[in-house]
Order: sequence, then structure tokens, then C-alpha cells
Amino acid sequence: MSTSFDEAALASGDGSSRPVDPSPPLSPNPPDIAQRLEVAWGESPGLKGWFGSVDHKVIGIRYLFTAFLFLVVGGCEALVMRIQLARPDATVLTPEQYNQLFSMHGVTMIFLYALPILSGFSNFLWPLMLGSRDMAFPRLNALSYWLFLAAGIFLYLSFPFGAAPDGGWFAYVPNTASEFSPGLNIDVYCLGLIFLGISTTVGSANFVVTLLRMRAPGMSINRLPIIVWGTLTASVANLFAVPAVSLACLFLWFDRNLGTHFFEVSGGGQPLLWQHLFWIFGHPWVYAIVLPAMGMVSDALPVHCRRPLVGYTLVAMATVATMVVGFGVWLHHMFATGVPTLALSFFSAASFVIAIPSAVSVFAWIATIWTGRARITVPFLFFTSVILLFVIGGVSGVMTASLVLDWQLTDTYFIVAHLHYVLIGINLFAVVGAVYHWFPKMSGRMMDERLGRWVFGLMFIGFNLAFLPMHWLGLAGMPRRVWTYGADMGFSTTNMIVTIGAFLFAFGLLLFFINIWRGARAGRVAGPNPWDGPTLEWAIASPPPVYNFAVIPLVASRHPLWEDRLGDTDERSLFAEGFLLDQGKETLAVTPLDGEPDVILKMPGDSWLPFALSISLMPLFVGLLMHSVALAAIGALAALIILILWFAPHPATVQDEAVRVYG
Amino acid sequence: MRRARLCLAGALALGGCSGTPLGYMSGSGSESGDILQRIAWGFSAIAVVVTLIILLLIGAAIGVSIRRARREPGAAVARETGGLSFIYWGVGLSMPVLIAMAVWNFIATRAVAEAPAAPGLTVEVTGHRWWWEIRYRDPGQPDHVITTANQLVIPTGVPVRIDLTSGDVIHDFWVPKLGPKMDMIPGRTNVTWLEARDAGSYRGQCAEYCGLEHARMAFEVTALASPAFARWMAAERAPATLSDTRGQQLFMARCAACHTVRGTGAAGIYGPDLTHFASRPTIAAGLLPNSVAARERWLAETQAVKPGALMPQVELGDADRHAVVRYLGSLQ
Repeated sequence: MSTSFDEAALASGDGSSRPVDPSPPLSPNPPDIAQRLEVAWGESPGLKGWFGSVDHKVIGIRYLFTAFLFLVVGGCEALVMRIQLARPDATVLTPEQYNQLFSMHGVTMIFLYALPILSGFSNFLWPLMLGSRDMAFPRLNALSYWLFLAAGIFLYLSFPFGAAPDGGWFAYVPNTASEFSPGLNIDVYCLGLIFLGISTTVGSANFVVTLLRMRAPGMSINRLPIIVWGTLTASVANLFAVPAVSLACLFLWFDRNLGTHFFEVSGGGQPLLWQHLFWIFGHPWVYAIVLPAMGMVSDALPVHCRRPLVGYTLVAMATVATMVVGFGVWLHHMFATGVPTLALSFFSAASFVIAIPSAVSVFAWIATIWTGRARITVPFLFFTSVILLFVIGGVSGVMTASLVLDWQLTDTYFIVAHLHYVLIGINLFAVVGAVYHWFPKMSGRMMDERLGRWVFGLMFIGFNLAFLPMHWLGLAGMPRRVWTYGADMGFSTTNMIVTIGAFLFAFGLLLFFINIWRGARAGRVAGPNPWDGPTLEWAIASPPPVYNFAVIPLVASRHPLWEDRLGDTDERSLFAEGFLLDQGKETLAVTPLDGEPDVILKMPGDSWLPFALSISLMPLFVGLLMHSVALAAIGALAALIILILWFAPHPATVQDEAVRVYG
Repeated sequence: MRRARLCLAGALALGGCSGTPLGYMSGSGSESGDILQRIAWGFSAIAVVVTLIILLLIGAAIGVSIRRARREPGAAVARETGGLSFIYWGVGLSMPVLIAMAVWNFIATRAVAEAPAAPGLTVEVTGHRWWWEIRYRDPGQPDHVITTANQLVIPTGVPVRIDLTSGDVIHDFWVPKLGPKMDMIPGRTNVTWLEARDAGSYRGQCAEYCGLEHARMAFEVTALASPAFARWMAAERAPATLSDTRGQQLFMARCAACHTVRGTGAAGIYGPDLTHFASRPTIAAGLLPNSVAARERWLAETQAVKPGALMPQVELGDADRHAVVRYLGSLQ
């Protein structure tokens, strides 16, 4: 049992070569078995291993890396916009450039950063937390990542040609119809989102099935970490929500390229249909990109408060409830569209209701700190700031939930302030905290705490300086999505302050990336459980072996590593004995609710197929974009061949296998 | 008292609230505006108080937590009881506030959504990229239409019904100091209403992203007392004064394909109707004052003043431009 947490040494950063947690991992990893598993699970050397990896940890870290890359790109776009808006009547950018920038900023942050970053954490953490060796569909997992990367590249390839989407991330028709936007810009948007939608869909399906089947024995649903609840909820929601936007994009592409009239008034279409389809997707998506992040706070904040989360059941239920209500509030993005007031009132009421589950999480976190023994670490600082920023974003959200007040607030900078408090406050601040928290598990090294405090200070002050005054800009009537404003409008001083804050915030993020880089190179060695955390990922080495658990643990409670000290139950989770599963690349599947051992799964090894399928979709989508039938046909044919290979039956598998038990 | 609040507003908004032409936290010019202003202040105050309470709670929680950690050093992990009561009390106390806000919201919605009396006047406003077409239809003779642009003139003291639609993409009609915003959607007519209490000017702005010059799609609402409004109406109803100047000839040759000047041969429908152009307060949809210098500038460098505007750069020599500007100035 690791109780050797050394706070002073941790705060002093590196210097000591002694691991923060010097004890061996709780989950045994005997050399002879490790060697056998290494052979079964290890990746092929060379390019095949790199492009063909199906290891959830590798995929998770790739997700994180790529999503952070898009965060930097989207952030730079924001900074350029802030330079343009710092002064009235500025001409740093033309209106067209500004419109492309704000559209790509939104698309990038919402689609290419906010969800993928959480998919990255969930990909890395799920099997480790659930006591499994991999996700349910490893090749699908790799496909999900490669498709995300390909769709991101597809969207960004348009930039050098000046054909980046310029209709906002919401792309309201008819501004995006071919009549008013004749270039390729909106076609890139439509096809790019459909492309990305495939990635999100297969990824979500993988999470749902993984949750149902890929857990350690005894990991019943009342023992799941909250991040699992969050990602599960988000994934189920995505499966329902993403089809709406993919369909809308397909319709719009038809309207633009095949002459249909789904949205076109002259042909009997309805511009508002687009808005409904978009927001039926858009609002649940907002929760999809915060619930897993809230889950990370719910799981990691208690570790730094030295106690279990207060109100686990309530928080888990609140997570699901938020999403259920979240499917019934989309019209609050359309309060000013002239839909009858009575109908809007129901959506206004539902939007008020959604504050209740959010309040549950907030008070659960505050109670966890209050009744805990806080260690003021960098993750603690970030997670605690999430509470405050969430509350600010929440109360401004309640203001916009009000139908009558939203008639003033909507489409002003107040909304810009609100959505950034929600998305940066809950997503990015939680993500950065989570990086500090789980970086030791990913890399085996700690990030420097002293530099981390600077990162926190700069990000926190910069963020609030940038976005708090935006509330006042909105109340002073500054409309959104304007490329400039007049000097006589009274927005000038506040905008300058906002720009200064934005650069401060960006500087904090730059330091954060430096902190990661330094940590990876020369951070202090972490050991298996540097924070003395309670969940299964801390029971194995840092970084974890490729097969995660040599011996599948047997879970007896929600906090397997804290059982002795909490004394909640007489039962103990078993690490030193359990299923071995060392006859090939295999892992255990359990029953969905209770987590009883069910079957042994033979897992697929490295494969070129996911990468190749993503590559083959590129000519397909570029062909559709450029109206090149030949190119699209080549892509489609290649995809078909790869799918046939993918689904080709395998040589006979072993149907009966003696289960070997260790210990 | 009211003044003190305005000053506070100004201070809060870093000099950006009471004085701003588009601000709706102060300077309301209508009953609806008052209701919206009150709820905006009320909800903002609740938001600030809630945020401060949570800030204090977090601070206290950290204090209590650190003290406990100091008292019992080491890596003690324990389940202190009493945490759940935070959730019960927190949610329990939030509920009445939330319900009160929702009720206030619905009462205010009802008051703002519908006019208290039958409208005394109906105006049709059509959004174009990036200007506003405004029509007054004589109820007795629907064929008699007065068309103007970028200035909505209304009488004070009576509800005015506004029929909103769009000629191209979705725009949004918003006069923050007079009432809520409403989208203008092609293919349908959305109805809103305004009632100005005091005579004066109120700025309006397009609030829905509508492409390149969304930022510079503004207009002016001019509220006039009844007699003044009747005089304005009579003046607008009259056709343009004819002249036989070089400016008019040039206008007919170079501008009339897009612009109408009622009473002359100019009958273009792509750009704003310019019949009584000189009487309007601004040009280029609220961008420039309607002065001789601004008209000169607008004609000389249209695309530099408002990049992307659908009015092309019309090539005119200096003398010709002066003549056209003089003609425009004669359109009282």
C-alpha cells in the first residue's frame, strides 16, 4: 500500500531521482508472465507498429496530442481576431478573412478540440480504470482516431485556398446556400462534418460496448468512476445527436450541388429546418463536451482532497439527467426565430430545469473539498477553479434560459462570454488539471508543480480578464460575429482589455505546453501511484505495460486502493490473484450490469486497415468536393475493398479454453 | 437614485453601458424596454450574488480542508460525514431562486411579447445584405406605398406593428432600447412590435450573422410626436422634386439601374429607394452620417468604406461625383 506521498518533494519539482511512489505496483506483473503477454500484446516493430497500433493508450495519447494541436491552431485564430477587434474600425483583417477565422475557430474548438480531447482521456483511462486490457473494438478505436485526423486535415486543407468555411460553425441557411455562398467554403464544411461524424459515431459505439462488456469482474455499474458515466452519457447522446447534423449537412450539400430544396424557400424548403436539425445535435453536443470533463473533476478532485467524492450516486444520476433534459432544450438557441411564444416557453422552462443537476455537481465538489484534507497541488487548483468558472457560466446560462431576457442577450457578446465560460471553464480547465493529474500515468514522470502554479495563475487571470468583460460588452449591445465596430459604439476600451486578457491566457497555455515537454524529458519519476489515488489505473506501473493488467483484478468496491483506510466494507478487491488470460491476445468480457465474468475475448493485433480506410475516404471526400467522379470512385472502391478485408472471416478460433488463474 | 444607478452601470461596464447606443441596461425608450431593463438588472444581480456566494463557499471549503489536513498530517484518507447535506441544502436553496426567476421570466415574457393595444400603424421591414428596406402601406389604399431605407420613423405613444421578412439571408431586427430582437427569415413573415414613449433616435442593428458586412448593418429608429410624424409622412408621400441638373442626368445614367427615385425614371430595385434620401440621418446602413463629405467619400471609395457591400465602385470623375452628390442633397 503506497502511503508514501511526499508533498514537499513533489512541490520542489525534480532534483530527486527517487520516484514519488517508490513501491511496486499493487497489481502483480511477474516477469515470466509479463514476457509472454509482451509477445502477445506488443506491437510490430517499424512502420506497421506505428500506423497499425490498436493499443488504446497509444490511441488515447495521439488523440490528446492532435486535439491540443487543433487547440493551438484554433487559439491562434482567436488571437488574430482579437488583434482585429482590439481597436474600433481596424483593418487588420478583411471581413471575409474575419468570417473564415471565426468560423474555423468555432469548428476547430468545438469539433476538433473539445470532444477529441475528452475521447483521448477516455480512451487512455477507460480500460485502466475498468480493469480491462483494451477497448471492445481496438481496430474501430484506431479507425476513430485516423478518421478524426483525416477530417481535421480535410477541413484545414481549404485554408490555403481561401476556401475555409465562412458561415459560422452553425452555418445558417440560406447564408450558406449556393446562391449566397457560391465558393467551395460551405461544401468543405458539409463534407468535413460528415467525415468527422463517422469518427464520432464509431468512437461512441466503441465506448458504449466497452462499458457494457470490458470491465474487471466485480466492476458493477455502481462502482464506475464518474468519468466513465460522463463519457458513456456523452457517447449514447452522440449516437442520437450526430445523425441529425450529418443529415443536415448532407441535405445542405444536396441543396448546393444537386439542386434539391430542403432549405430553399423558392423550392418550398424551410431555412428553419436547418436550425432545428443543427441544434437538435448542437445542444446535446454541448453536454457531450462537458460531461466527461466534469467526470474527470469528480474523479480526480477527491484524490487531492483525500476522500471519496461526496454524493457519488447523485452526481452519476445528475450526469445522466443533464443529458436527458439536454435533448429537450434545443429551441433555446432559436428564441428569436419567431416560433410561437408558448412553444418557446416550454423550452425556456426546460432550460431552467437543467440548472438543477448542474447544481448537484457543484455542491458535491464543494462538499468534497470542505469535508476533505486538501492538498494544494496544481490539479487541485485547476479543478477548484472549474467549480467557480462553471458557476459563472451556469448563472449566465440561467440568464439566457429566460426567454424574454434572451431576446436581448442572444447574438450578443454576452453569449460569447457565456459559452467560453462553459467550454473553457469546464472543458479546458478540467482538461489541463487532468493532464497534470494523469500525466504521471501516461509518461511515468511528474510535471513541475512550481511552473504549474504559474501556468494556473496566468491562465486563470488571463481567462477572466478576457471573458468577464465580454458579459458587459454583451449587455452594452455589442453583436456577435462582427468583424469590426464603430468608435462611437462605446465598445473600444473593453475590447482592448479583452484582447490583453486573451494574450495573457495564451501565454499561460504556452507555458503549459513547455511544462509538458519538460516533464516528459526530465520530470521526476512518478512510480505507480504518485497521488495515492483510489482507482485501478494507479494499481499498475507508470507508464502501464502494453497489456495493462497481467492479472485481471477482482473489484470489490468503488475505491479498490483505499479499501483498508476507508473501511466501508469487509470485502477486499483482489490484485494478487485473478484471471491470467495469457494464451494469446485475450481479455475478459463481463455481464453488462453486475460485472460477472462471461467470456474470453480474442483481441485483434496491429492492423493497417483502420489507417488505410481513413486514407481511402480522403479521395472519396475530395472527389465529392471537387465534383470529380473518378477520384470519388477510386476512394469508394478502395474503401469497399478494405471493408471486405476487415470483415473477412478469421481462421477458426479456439472455442473452448481452460481459464488459467493466477495466485 | 436612477442617476446613481446609471453611474454604477457606467462604472461596471468600464464606460460601456449607459452611454452605448446599443446598450439595453439603461436609456430605455419604451414600456417593453423598461421591463427588459429591469429583468436584465435583476438577473445580473442574482448572477453576481450567486457567484459571490459560491466564491466564498469555495474559499471557506479550502480553508476548512487545509486546516483539517494540517491537524491530521500524512496521507490520511477518510470519509468525513456531512457532505451530502451540502448538496441537499445547496440544491434546496437554489430551487426557490430558480423558480422565482422562471416566474419573473414568464410574467415579463407575456408583457413584452404582445402589444397592449391594437397597433396604430403597420410597417414592413425587409432585410437585405446589408441594409434595411422599410415600407409604409396606406391601409385604405394598399397600392400606395412609401418606401424608404435604413431609417424607421414611428409615432410615439402607439404600438407599431412591424412585419419582418428578408430578401436574401436571415437577418435580425433589433432596437435594444425599445424592445426584443426578432429574426427576419426569407419565405416567412415574423411579426414584432415597438412603442416608443419618448421622441428621439434609437439605434438598431442586425443581430443575426448575415455574411460579409453583418457588422455594418445598422439603422436608426426615429420616434416623432404625432403631428411631426404626420408631417414626415406627408413629405415622404410626395414624389421627389424634379430638377434638370447634370447630377440628375448622371444619376439616371449610372445609378438608376439599382436605385429608385419616385417621380423620376429611376426605378431600380436592387438598392435602397432614394426618393427622400437627404432627409435621412445616416448612409450606408448606419455607417456614416448623411453629410456632404460622407456622401463624397462613400461614392469615391465605396468598397474601402464598406468592404463587400453589394454596391459596386461606380467610376465617376471628381466633377461628376460632386454633381451626383449635389443631386442627392437635393432629394429632401
